[in-house]
Amino acid sequence: MSRLGFEQFPDYQVPGMKHPDFSPYESNGGSIVAIAGDDFAVIAADTRLSSGYNIHSRTQSKLFKLSPQTVLGSAGCWADTLSLTGSIKVRMQSYEHTHLRTMTTEAVAQMLSIAMYNRRFFPYYVSNILAGIDNEGKGVVYSYDPIGHCEKATYRAGGTAGTLLQPVLDNQIGHKNMNLEDADKIKLTKERAVSVASDTFISAAERDIYTGDSVLINIITKDGIEVRTLTLRQD
Amino acid sequence: MDLDNARELPRAGFNFDNCKRNATLLNRGFKPPITTKTGTTIVGIIYKDGVILGADTRATEGPIVSDKNCAKIHYLAKNIYCCGAGTAADTEMTTDLISSQLELHRLQTDREVRVVAANTMLKQMLFRYQGHISAALVLGGVDKTGPHIYSIHPHGSSDKLPYATMGSGSLAAMTVFESRWKPDLSEEEGKKLVRDADPTGVFNDLGSGSNIDLCVIRKGSVEYLRNYELANKKGKRQLDYRFKTGTSTVLHTNIKDLLVTERVQAVPMEIS
Repeated sequence: MSRLGFEQFPDYQVPGMKHPDFSPYESNGGSIVAIAGDDFAVIAADTRLSSGYNIHSRTQSKLFKLSPQTVLGSAGCWADTLSLTGSIKVRMQSYEHTHLRTMTTEAVAQMLSIAMYNRRFFPYYVSNILAGIDNEGKGVVYSYDPIGHCEKATYRAGGTAGTLLQPVLDNQIGHKNMNLEDADKIKLTKERAVSVASDTFISAAERDIYTGDSVLINIITKDGIEVRTLTLRQD
Repeated sequence: MDLDNARELPRAGFNFDNCKRNATLLNRGFKPPITTKTGTTIVGIIYKDGVILGADTRATEGPIVSDKNCAKIHYLAKNIYCCGAGTAADTEMTTDLISSQLELHRLQTDREVRVVAANTMLKQMLFRYQGHISAALVLGGVDKTGPHIYSIHPHGSSDKLPYATMGSGSLAAMTVFESRWKPDLSEEEGKKLVRDADPTGVFNDLGSGSNIDLCVIRKGSVEYLRNYELANKKGKRQLDYRFKTGTSTVLHTNIKDLLVTERVQAVPMEIS
């Protein structure tokens, strides 16, 4: 080993060839923002589907209309998103046939949590945000971690740019970290919620490589779901 | 005092003191800091009267864009420029170092330096460091023997080519060259080809983005076209996010008088 008076090979690892083990997960990127108001809920998601440095699709909606008053946004591993939303849809239909009524947003929220915790030790690798109108006609948002922890909120950001977007929502929607009188706090109207959601995506597309192409915005009210789109940068 | 500091000056070349310590930390699960990468699309072609280099302007730290408008076409000599992809610090430092060596070489030989010389110096340096210097380069220039493009890989191999691409968007950009490059393009055709090839990488590769820089090197003249094309426009926000004065809570106020009065007195020099 030390024929030349020094160790020829270092006893520490040097970067070089690696043999990655098979991984069942893949991150396909994407971001989601949801905001709940008094009688509406807004949920927005970008339409870029990617892996590594490649773009698979520029037009893939990550929003799933589960009922006329509930929309699920799902980003992360796209295969898991499809598998999860598929089984959720089946179970909702089965509920409708057994009980002769559509599942409420609260019921869907609870079921989603259970469906995800069912895979506690081989989780769905997804960041889910559920938005809708509750029993009393109010807007609600539920956010989840990959293994089924469920949290009710009024606004929430998730996905690859979730950490970039959440502080903006905390400030603009939650009025956090501001020395404001109640009178100065801007009322959360439907239009303001849509504007804030759109603007956060414009900024996220600047800095997150996995967010871009376009945003789909669903506005949920008791009268139904309105869909709007916004174009983002394509690079 | 100055002398004490001077003694602490590091020796020339890299310092490997912490290699073993860092390897131990890494083995115990320490997460190393992320370096800035230019997961890039860089290209270069030969045309009738010289060469054209092209580069995007995005720098990333993992999934985050750290610089939206960085310059990846580096100066090597009056007649030679070099595009860099890989770790930002490595491409910057390597080209700077070779640039100064080329200038010394020019003064020593009293001749315009040749592109082969730059290629040899770069590849020998990269080979010496066995790929640990993550710089993937597209070197281009014009000398007395004509226009030249080289692509240099981080381990020190290089190719002499009529058109070259490097970086994470290299395959995307190469598709355009493979279908449209031909010998003796005019300058306009050449610029258009590079202008079309680079955005292919910018749009289809997530590591590349923002704007396009161009550098046209002819015999005896250089045109560095910074932000030749703005491939992407920032979206327009709907709301105004300026805060009212007094939005931040004032916790504590303390005003200090920063006026300093100082008397300077001349001390006579001691002469013995």
